[in-house]
Amino acid sequence: MTARALIAEDEPLLLEGLRAELKSAWPELEVVAAVHDGDSALQQALQQRPEVCFLDIRMPGTSGLEVAQALAEDWPAGEPFPLLVFISAYDQYALQAFEAQAVDYLVKPVQGERLAACVQRLRARLAERAPAGPLPQTLEQLRALLAAPTGSPAAGGRLEVIQASAGNTVHMVPVDDVVYFEAADKYVRVITADKEHLIRMSLKDLLPQLDAQRFWQVHRGTVVRARSIVSALRHESGKVTLTLRERPERLTASRLYAHLFKGM
Amino acid sequence: MNPAAAADGARRPLPQRTLLWLWHELRVGVPIALVASTFISVMFDDPFVRTMVYSLCIGLSIQLLIEAGRYGLAAWLLHQGADSASLREHWPGWKWMLPWCVGAALIGYFGGSLLADWLTGGQRTHSPFGTNLRALSLILMFSLGFTLAAVWFFYSRSRMMTLQAMTVAAERSAAEAQLKLLQSQLEPHMLFNTLANLRVLIGTDPARAQAMLDRLIAFLRATLSASRSGSHALADEFDRLGDYLALMAVRMGPRLGVRVELPDALRALPVPPLLLQPLVENSIRHALEPKVQGGRIDLSARRDGDTLVLCVRDTGIGLAHVPPSNGTKFGLRQVRERLATLYGTRASLTLEEAPGAEGGTLATVRLPLQQSPA
Repeated sequence: MTARALIAEDEPLLLEGLRAELKSAWPELEVVAAVHDGDSALQQALQQRPEVCFLDIRMPGTSGLEVAQALAEDWPAGEPFPLLVFISAYDQYALQAFEAQAVDYLVKPVQGERLAACVQRLRARLAERAPAGPLPQTLEQLRALLAAPTGSPAAGGRLEVIQASAGNTVHMVPVDDVVYFEAADKYVRVITADKEHLIRMSLKDLLPQLDAQRFWQVHRGTVVRARSIVSALRHESGKVTLTLRERPERLTASRLYAHLFKGM
Repeated sequence: MNPAAAADGARRPLPQRTLLWLWHELRVGVPIALVASTFISVMFDDPFVRTMVYSLCIGLSIQLLIEAGRYGLAAWLLHQGADSASLREHWPGWKWMLPWCVGAALIGYFGGSLLADWLTGGQRTHSPFGTNLRALSLILMFSLGFTLAAVWFFYSRSRMMTLQAMTVAAERSAAEAQLKLLQSQLEPHMLFNTLANLRVLIGTDPARAQAMLDRLIAFLRATLSASRSGSHALADEFDRLGDYLALMAVRMGPRLGVRVELPDALRALPVPPLLLQPLVENSIRHALEPKVQGGRIDLSARRDGDTLVLCVRDTGIGLAHVPPSNGTKFGLRQVRERLATLYGTRASLTLEEAPGAEGGTLATVRLPLQQSPA
């Protein structure tokens, strides 16, 4: 069976090693992209639309799990979602989560037999796969993986005031005034009813310090105050458009978080 | 009795513990009373059984009083706010126990005699326990001697147990520290990724695989002996860090650059083995690995008066971008603890933003020079 694959692995030798082993274990597999970091993986995957993605967990910049999350959110509706295989050297929390979710994974050093079994499974699933989009099952698995403990518990407690500096001034913004947070590269935009601030911190680091009851993550780059959401409109693609109380703009909740918006 | 068994005893249910305690008491008291009664019955030509009843009554009464005083006084002192290891082991100290023992011997003697009188039907006039003054004083002296000997026995036994428990605790904490050091140096992620690289190289480039394996062997050997030996030369320290960095260079490819600066005059100076390793590892793991384009690590040593200054500098993402929860603190704490143990306040570790346009982090260790660590 022919198939196209992407390999994302930051260590050059391991990347070549996996490519070589795949060549003998699955000769018809064409590696259409081999990249060394998460951002390139995401970009190449969206461009090349491979059927299989081998994603190293620990990569510079964006981790393999984050790539999977971004793929699930940005994958065009109507296109078949790739099968994901995670690769890790040693990450007991992640491995436990993969095990629990029955997601394919490889442990480094990758051994021939293990790889052959993985290839066999991938082939079987490609043969029977549904035609389009991320399967509900894949979304469910990813949700569970993203919610699983990552081994580094959040330090410190809840944030009450956001300290946003602008020039020489530091603006003290009570967390309760924030309508939503939006990731912008290495920064986070903090949006209140009438103002906008920028803080030098990633959304990933900010998130554990927010009260998950009051602030909902609706996209990998958006966290919104639940009280500010007026209505949620579901689309066929699985995405949800949110209308806000205090702001005119609409926000988009991705497929991964669409399950938050269900009638009671 | 060993402390492990003592700890085991503490975990047993109460009735069992009480029986155990009673056995420990009686196996001292009863034999002494038996020896005493044999001695007295021979000396005063008295019937053995009756003497034994008297000896047991008196001996055990004294023992009971002493133990009651020992536990009671210790509890009372603890309640008063005093605290020490011996108090927690139910030993209030000789200051309290010596007068109490004399009192216990007197009260125990007369109380025990009365009890024995009642038990044997009041035949004390015929016995040396009666009015014979010389015999009375002899037996009193005997009782007192017995009392002090018994107390001494209990005192030294409990003291020995405390000491043993303290030794075990100290040994355990030292072993734990060693294990932690070893665990941090043999970080599994590093080890398995290195092995994965080796596995690839064996197939594609056996000569390079061999070179990498040699580096790994040198690093493992150093790691395993570092937790045992006291010090090695600074040149060795840099060589071992070189092994580690060479392994990382194979893994990271062109993303990792290394510069080493070690003046010849400092090469032989003794330093604690693999002291800098956690710092280098932090630089790799938290500063360079997350940076897509990679960077460089600079190792350097210099002399500043009578201080040896060791620097680990990277051109990574910098302190501001390393989330506090990222485990960097573990390595830093470990280095700080080792420095404090070996040099007290004369050594230090600082971490700061590296100066210059390249950014990154600078870790600086300062050690007293020409001072061989203990």
